[in-house]
Amino acid sequence: MIDLPSPPDLQSPRRRALLQVGAATAGGMLFGFHAGRAAADSSARRASDAPFAPNAFIRIDTHGKITLIMPQVEMGQGVYTSLAMVLAEELDADFEQVVLEAAPPNTKLYANPVFGVQATGNSNSIRAFWTPLRKAGAATRALLVQAAARTWKVDAAGLTTDRSTVIHAASGRKLGYGVLAATAMAGNIPADPPLKPISQFKLIGKPLKRLDTPDKVNGATLYGIDAMPAGLKFATLAASPVFGGTVQRVDDRAALMMPGVRQVVVLDNLVAVIADHTWAAMRGLAALDITWNEGANAQVEQAQIWQQIERASDATGAVAKAVGDADKGLAQGQKHEAVYRLPFLAHAPMEPMNCAVHVRPDGCEIWVGTQVAARTQAIAAKVCNLPLDKVIVHNQLLGGGFGRRLEVDMTEKAVRVAQHVDGPVKVIWSREEDIRQDVYRPMYYDRLSASVADGKILGWHHRITGSSVMARWLPPAYQKNIDIDAVDSAVDIPYDIPNLRVEYVRDEPPAVPTGFWRGVGPNNNVFAIESFFDELAAASHKDPLAFRRDLLQGQPRLRAALELAASKAGWGTPLPQRPGQPAGVRTGRGIAAQVAFASFIATVAEVEVDGQGEVRVRRIVCAVDTGIAVNPDTVVAQLQGGLIFGLTAALYGSITIGKGRVQQGNFNDYRMLRIDQSPAIEVHLIDSSESPGGIGETGATAAPPAVGNAIYAATGIRLRQLPIDREILAGRRKA
Amino acid sequence: MITLRINGENRTVDAAGDVPLLWALRDLLGLTGTKFGCGIAQCGACTVHLDGKAVRSCVLPISMVGDQAITTIEGVGKTPTGASVQKAWLDLEVVQCGYCQSGQIMSAAALLAQTPSPNDDDIDAAMSGNICRCGTYVRIRAAIKRAAKSA
Repeated sequence: MIDLPSPPDLQSPRRRALLQVGAATAGGMLFGFHAGRAAADSSARRASDAPFAPNAFIRIDTHGKITLIMPQVEMGQGVYTSLAMVLAEELDADFEQVVLEAAPPNTKLYANPVFGVQATGNSNSIRAFWTPLRKAGAATRALLVQAAARTWKVDAAGLTTDRSTVIHAASGRKLGYGVLAATAMAGNIPADPPLKPISQFKLIGKPLKRLDTPDKVNGATLYGIDAMPAGLKFATLAASPVFGGTVQRVDDRAALMMPGVRQVVVLDNLVAVIADHTWAAMRGLAALDITWNEGANAQVEQAQIWQQIERASDATGAVAKAVGDADKGLAQGQKHEAVYRLPFLAHAPMEPMNCAVHVRPDGCEIWVGTQVAARTQAIAAKVCNLPLDKVIVHNQLLGGGFGRRLEVDMTEKAVRVAQHVDGPVKVIWSREEDIRQDVYRPMYYDRLSASVADGKILGWHHRITGSSVMARWLPPAYQKNIDIDAVDSAVDIPYDIPNLRVEYVRDEPPAVPTGFWRGVGPNNNVFAIESFFDELAAASHKDPLAFRRDLLQGQPRLRAALELAASKAGWGTPLPQRPGQPAGVRTGRGIAAQVAFASFIATVAEVEVDGQGEVRVRRIVCAVDTGIAVNPDTVVAQLQGGLIFGLTAALYGSITIGKGRVQQGNFNDYRMLRIDQSPAIEVHLIDSSESPGGIGETGATAAPPAVGNAIYAATGIRLRQLPIDREILAGRRKA
Repeated sequence: MITLRINGENRTVDAAGDVPLLWALRDLLGLTGTKFGCGIAQCGACTVHLDGKAVRSCVLPISMVGDQAITTIEGVGKTPTGASVQKAWLDLEVVQCGYCQSGQIMSAAALLAQTPSPNDDDIDAAMSGNICRCGTYVRIRAAIKRAAKSA
């Protein structure tokens, strides 16, 4: 076990290494996490032993230790390794020796350039930081080269760098970066340092081992839920099961008599039990007799929410994109219409929501895994009425994010509880609380119409109706009644369409809070568009691959992906019998294409549908052009995993509301795909020298339409709503 | 006081006998490598070994353990199968967020100890109790086969 050090002196401007989780040695690699120290307070550090820190991302001490500060969080997507590769590439650092450190909350230094918020999401870590980190690495390298040139009194142009060393080839002299650090501080930071041409990359493009893996296979990694500050108490909580409800009355007599239970904290809208260990807290919570004021939402039912969104979608929406004359185009050729629908979904990361907090009169200290460190600090400061700099956030590795940890409700609740507790307290939610108090992937209702003649689309209309997450989470991204995320991958539909209109209707569901969920807007739009495209192909008596390919004249990258996926999947050849395939199952292949998160992806799924309507996805072949793949193995892994995430949604995912409450609660009724249902997955990367695209969410978006189209190929049944309806596939209910 | 034999050491826990092993390990003994995921033996994140067999520690009261040897993720690397599983996990870069992987590795090590050359059906049977939300199943399957070969 690794203990966290005792809490630091909040006053000290030099507190450091608060969260040194350990210097794991694996293959000679030194890898430690540190957090909580401002990374670029260089003015105060120009002492002789101070490290060389020319920017917010790199620190080199006089012993040559190179620390790279990670502006994006690691939640499984591999960015700690790939962002470190980008920095180390331009710095020419010895990658085997770099140490990583989580960026502290600091919007000024670490805001994601896309959001203007210190946030990790939208599959944009590499896209957003590609250029800033390359420049930071290159500028730092330039300062080290200048320092060597001054030291040796030679022309900098004659110097090269390799593995944290400056080399003067003419004289054979070498100096390590650590030796040069003090001299380099005196140099002038170049504003626009030259970046390496792709041909000179030593790290980028290589399938390097992830830096976070060694500690994850031996139990050493500390997630938020593993924080153990000295004197810790353990807690769990219950919020009103009806959204918006409040506490009316709590009888805590039985709970307080239970072994290990120390305290019951009753707040306006939640109740927490504090105990000697988590189990005692959970038992105590179960023993409470809580009466809730359920409030206005107590009668909200799922059917009513569907009716509301359907009615909302009757109205004309805000026009997000218009090309040509959609109405005129739709008046010609053969017209088709369809409605596609998606349900609420919970995130269900394997690490349930949790947060450890120590509130003191003069400060607040937090241990949590969050996608939004600065917002975490800000909510704690607000609750405690403290200045920002009195709140220390120890950001941990995340046991899954998927958008759930872009919110700060778990921190806000924990801080409010901790205000009533003497000493540090770790609040862990039960899985049921995690599922029932989520911010849910919005329901969507998509109306599509298109007219087709001779395999060409003459007119296209797509009206997207759903909750706007952006309006709440990032108001500047909600302008003129348009949520730019909700229409993403719809306004930029890749196919050749001369007359097009895309509309957005915002419809907020009663009671149910909504949030970002892996795949965000493109999840909905790619599913609706690619399913509808399959319908158009069938109505035109065209092969689904050929129909798409012919309409991608302006999209060479997507066309290439489509052709590669089709070829690798054996598109057009008979589907082989799987060994052990039961007699009578219907089989089929489906294809889907997408441009989402600036990556170009085509996917072929093979399915078997049995007489009971059960679907087995047996193989998925995926071709991807994501531009430069910084760490190709991570790109493959993200697609493999993302496809499984999307399959889970397509086959099982549904959160429903009854009497204002979420009706699911754990993995028995909110099912996840398991290994025995997992298909073989092949991912084919297309070599590219284009700028890197996003990848973390693309698989989640790719799987559902490919599977739906394969089900159609197998059965002739078009499912226009997820998750799949086995009753329809079994022939017991009409589509 | 209840004495438990964990990773070859005797540890005493001052707790009621109905406390699940998961919470005794994590909260009372500081062995946080074993994870809480669901609390109802549905996800496998809490998997440990009792005398080499995989069990879900979230539903196992400490009073039921008796003198059976407990192995956790912190100790499994000292067993030959555990070490080969961990190495295969690293070689094939199985892990993403990593939260479920303690349980996955414990289930895989128990499988290989019992069935040194598992086929796909064996792997499905032994591993379908372990959920991975990141979806690392393709690599888990490949890594188990690799560990089987290396053992």
